[in-house]
Amino acid sequence: MNINATFLGQMVAMAFFLWFCTKYVWPPFMAIMEERKKKIADGLEAAARAEKDLELAQAKSTEQLKEAKTEAAAIIDQANKRAAQIVDEAKEQAREEGQRIIAGAQAEIEQEVNRAKEELRSKVSEIAIAGAQKILEGSVDQAANEDMLNKLASEL
Amino acid sequence: MAEAAHSAAELTVQEYITHHLSFFTFGRIDGHWGFAHTPEEAAEMGFWAINVDTMGWSLFLGTGFLWFFRRVALKASIDNPSGIQNFVEAVVEFVDARVSEGFNYKNELIGPLCLLLFFWILLMNTMDLVPVDLLTTFGFEPLLHTVFHIENSPFKVVPTTDPNITMGMSTMVFLMIIYYSIKNKGLGGFLGELAFHPFGKWMMPFNLIIEVPTLFAKPISLGLRLFGNLYAGELLFLLIASMLGLWQLPAHFAWAAFHLLVIPLQAFVFMMLTIVYLNAAHETHH
Repeated sequence: MNINATFLGQMVAMAFFLWFCTKYVWPPFMAIMEERKKKIADGLEAAARAEKDLELAQAKSTEQLKEAKTEAAAIIDQANKRAAQIVDEAKEQAREEGQRIIAGAQAEIEQEVNRAKEELRSKVSEIAIAGAQKILEGSVDQAANEDMLNKLASEL
Repeated sequence: MAEAAHSAAELTVQEYITHHLSFFTFGRIDGHWGFAHTPEEAAEMGFWAINVDTMGWSLFLGTGFLWFFRRVALKASIDNPSGIQNFVEAVVEFVDARVSEGFNYKNELIGPLCLLLFFWILLMNTMDLVPVDLLTTFGFEPLLHTVFHIENSPFKVVPTTDPNITMGMSTMVFLMIIYYSIKNKGLGGFLGELAFHPFGKWMMPFNLIIEVPTLFAKPISLGLRLFGNLYAGELLFLLIASMLGLWQLPAHFAWAAFHLLVIPLQAFVFMMLTIVYLNAAHETHH
């Protein structure tokens, strides 16, 4: 158990190991741990920011939803109005059309009546002449009595 | 452990213990270089001899530790650390936390120094838990016998039970204390701290009598504390192995369980004292 050159050997070995440890072992671990620390801090910060962003987005979406609802209500309202308008217009149109049809029909009826009257009138004059001929037992000169006959027909 | 019976058959208890406390020494003997065959021969070799066993294990464990950490560092990932990386990072972070607590100055060398000391000493101490005869009586000694034809040579596997190893480390720490003291305080400041402290300049001789031994006590206590703890632990394992027969098994277990506390504690103490001493070497306000 005596002191010998092992003492110096251990000192040299320690000096070499210290150099190696300082240069190749210690710094990489320090760098890695430092970087990881930074990364975790960054991650936490990003998470906080994302949470804030999410809150903002939620508020914004709520707002937009509300707006959209209002807009939709307005559109529906308008559409309802328009539909009522269209229905009214259609009703009006139909009424007018009906009136026109009625008017046309009335005109036609009148025309028909007039024609029937005219026909009747001419038939009546014929019948009157025939009646008169029967009464007079002779022919009546149609031309000579033209005036009287026309007068009779127009009186009918 | 169980080999005690085998050893005891050939050796007395004292021979067994002496054998296990000796080193496998290479040096100059009788005019030529060679390995010592007995502790007496090793002592005769004087200073220029080397304990091949403890030096070799010290280098092997230090190299292995740095190689392992370096390999982990090369494969290290920030996002997806492996289990091994987590372990290594935990060790590094533990050392770094102790350094930040105890060392108040900026010095790029203190962190790696403390990591090196802590883990290297931890590994060297842990060799104490390997059953005493496993690597020696049944490992290296037959190997040495076959390769070098050295009969019955000792082979120690716990580097920290060699005072050369522990004092070598504490002396390196001491040199760093001196270097940083002079660098930070100036030569005058450093010598002034020894001469004019704690009682002012009129009491200079008295101050020197107090402060110089205090200074030299640092490396000696640092190295001998580690050596003493591990040497005592080893010695007790040897006593248990050589004297208790079959009862050594529970006794080994009990002492190993206790020693399990001593091993990291001594590595930790060595590291902490290094931090404290080097921090004091950076203090300039005296």
